[in-house]
Amino acid sequence: MSAPLLEARGLVKSFGDNHVLRGIDVTVQSGSVTCLIGPSGSGKTTVLRSLNGLEMPESGTVRIGDVQLDCANRPDTRAIARLRDQSGMVFQAHNLFPHMTVLDNVTSGPVFAQGRPRAEAREEARALLSRVGLADKADAFPVQLSGGQQQRVGIARALATRPQVVLFDEPTSALDPELVGEVLQVMQSLAAEGWTMVVVTHEMRFARQVADQVLFLDGGVVVEQGPPSEVLVEPREARTRQFLQRLLDPL
Amino acid sequence: MSAIDWDLVRSSLWPLGRELLRGTLPLTAVSFVLGLALAVLVALMRLSGNRLVSAPARFYVSVIRGTPLLLQLFIIFFGLPSFGITIDPWPSAIIGLTLNVGAYASEAVRGAILAVPRGQWEAAMTVGMGRATTLRRVVLPQAARIAVPSLSNTLISLVKDTSLVSVVLVTELLRQAQVIAGQTFEYFTLYGVAAVYYWVVCLVLSFGQTRLETRLSRHVAA
Repeated sequence: MSAPLLEARGLVKSFGDNHVLRGIDVTVQSGSVTCLIGPSGSGKTTVLRSLNGLEMPESGTVRIGDVQLDCANRPDTRAIARLRDQSGMVFQAHNLFPHMTVLDNVTSGPVFAQGRPRAEAREEARALLSRVGLADKADAFPVQLSGGQQQRVGIARALATRPQVVLFDEPTSALDPELVGEVLQVMQSLAAEGWTMVVVTHEMRFARQVADQVLFLDGGVVVEQGPPSEVLVEPREARTRQFLQRLLDPL
Repeated sequence: MSAIDWDLVRSSLWPLGRELLRGTLPLTAVSFVLGLALAVLVALMRLSGNRLVSAPARFYVSVIRGTPLLLQLFIIFFGLPSFGITIDPWPSAIIGLTLNVGAYASEAVRGAILAVPRGQWEAAMTVGMGRATTLRRVVLPQAARIAVPSLSNTLISLVKDTSLVSVVLVTELLRQAQVIAGQTFEYFTLYGVAAVYYWVVCLVLSFGQTRLETRLSRHVAA
């Protein structure tokens, strides 16, 4: 097996007395899908946000491709930006730019940040919008879209910068239940195309069907990891079993 | 004798209107544009994490807001010559009004920038934008919408504050009304006409504010 595309080692972070990450390792192979699951407060979102420097751990290293960041060295803005450029991100609350059209949202990274020619970026953005089933919404504004459509634009925007990895932070948690499917379907097809994805999610069916590996986090550590057929079907750890049990039977 | 001399109203319309067009409106426009640019700069300085940058901005806002505009105009025009700095009436007026707008508007701009959700900064950074690009392309356009009501307040106050600059020998609407009233002794008539002029200008601006707010809000959820 070739060297993994993404490696995080020994991530440690606390907010005040709250130790959110207590030494977390994540390894992601190119073209694979990794799902981070766990109860709220387990640190899974903080891990994800550490992979692109939106959070800065007190110690640990993050490497994507050939860009490495040593968190303990208090990296400067430029070093963080170099790591961040390796990935794209889809947010729970989509965070689309409300004053721009759908098309301008998707081209914002290529044009404003990467300085690519506008015509070329627009052409590519239209292709991405077709890809997520929104070719006819290019000139709409985000407020005119449903939650599921907004999130699919968010996915197109994240892909537009041609990242090596796409990070998803609970992409369906803020959606009405009937809109979850359209977003998960797009993500599933991206996985089939070979995109490398790291997904924080509570959608266990998605994790089982799409993930190559699942990491169960609790209390700031990785309690258990492996293929979904092991972690989600035959968990070894009691804490994993409890968590899955609560999801299946909330009452 | 009636309190209002209608012939004088008619004959003073143009002399007063001319000073509105030559004095009050250009003073307002120039000071507002310069003041707004200053306000954005000061707001960004105040938001800086570096105290060496934020402290001077804080001091400036505190001094300008904490002293009367009339006194600031006196200092610029009559006080600075003691240090060998002599400034003509018009530049003095523009400087005084600009500094004032800059201080008041910077608070509105700062509040508006802070009101743009954090997620907008994060989204811009994850598509690769740096701080300056994020401000220009994502944050300031949204902050502008949020700041319109309070900036409109500042603009409308400014229209009326220009009446103070006659103390530094700039002729504008109020000064002209004083001059004619001094010659005719028809104080109520002249000051009444001047008041109506100010009011009409502010009515037009309020109307413009409403239009602008509607226009800028069209892409924002109700």
